[in-house]
Amino acid sequence: MNDPRIDGYARALFEVARADGTLEEVEDELFRFARSFESTESLRSALTDDSIPPSRRQGIVEDLLGDSATPTTVQLISLVVGLGHGHDLVDIIDALVARASASKNLALAEVRSAVALSEDQQSRLRAALANATGQQVNLKVVVDPKVIGGIVATVGDTVIDGSIRTRVDQLKARL
Amino acid sequence: MSSLYTTISLLPQVAWDTDDKGVTSDGAILPPIGEIVLQTIATAIIFGLLFKFAGPAIKKYYADRTVRIQRELDEAAAAKESAVGDAAQIRESLGDIAAEKARMQAEADVAAAALLAEGRSRLVAEVAELEARASAEIAGLASRSGDELRGEISRLAGRAIDLVVAESITENTHQQLIEDFIATVGASGGPVSNGASS
Repeated sequence: MNDPRIDGYARALFEVARADGTLEEVEDELFRFARSFESTESLRSALTDDSIPPSRRQGIVEDLLGDSATPTTVQLISLVVGLGHGHDLVDIIDALVARASASKNLALAEVRSAVALSEDQQSRLRAALANATGQQVNLKVVVDPKVIGGIVATVGDTVIDGSIRTRVDQLKARL
Repeated sequence: MSSLYTTISLLPQVAWDTDDKGVTSDGAILPPIGEIVLQTIATAIIFGLLFKFAGPAIKKYYADRTVRIQRELDEAAAAKESAVGDAAQIRESLGDIAAEKARMQAEADVAAAALLAEGRSRLVAEVAELEARASAEIAGLASRSGDELRGEISRLAGRAIDLVVAESITENTHQQLIEDFIATVGASGGPVSNGASS
């Protein structure tokens, strides 16, 4: 993660979003896009294939995000993909989100849930994690059906696992 | 012999005398004595001539014949002697052949026995090796089949568990799990350790 090139891109994107005044929104959208990018093989293949012209790769990003993301988010992703750094996209975004959290003195808390959390649940979860870890957290929720049920929260190096997935895996291991 | 010849030589005369009505003789069989004398002299002359002129040739013929017969007898004797020698040699050779045959048979028997023993021991070793290999393969297959079966059962059981659990979790259950997690984490009252599970 300490690759100067990745840090450089993350810092540049972070500054663009902050200058645009949409840092929080862009950071959240980028984070969710990175998780989708990680879990979707076809998307990963398309955006990292150097044989596809940059303009075509950027067109895929614009078609995919369309109106569901802010223009800044779309432009930043298109920029990275167009420059042929699709392989580093997830690392760049994670570095950006970490930088954004650090800028707010928050610890990044990645929460994976089988279903979406309501605003109220996110708020209470944020408070609960702050209570548990002793630091305020920048909560990022990822809907991941693989969790099956419950929640897995990762704050820094700390993992709080309350998922059905883990319990099922433990049951399978016992079988 | 002489009298017989005389008798025979006179027979035509007798027949002639018989046919010639004008000549007579003293007996019914013999011609006149003068004629007998003449005939005898003539015969003696003939014999003398024969002895003088044909005798050497006849003697020579018989001598040659004797020589030839003797030679043939000698040759036959030599051939017989040679044949006897050859027979002895053949008998000797036969004896050698028999001995050689016996020796070769003995050597062949020894070689065959050694080959048989070697082949038998090799076959025994190969059979043992094949049996060991087959046993190992059977054991391996059985073990692998067992492992594969266990793996397959485990995989199917895992999928079944996933499906059953996923289908049994309702929206209310999801919400309950989330609320329980928030409550548990919130109630922990302090930093949790790495890898902690609520």
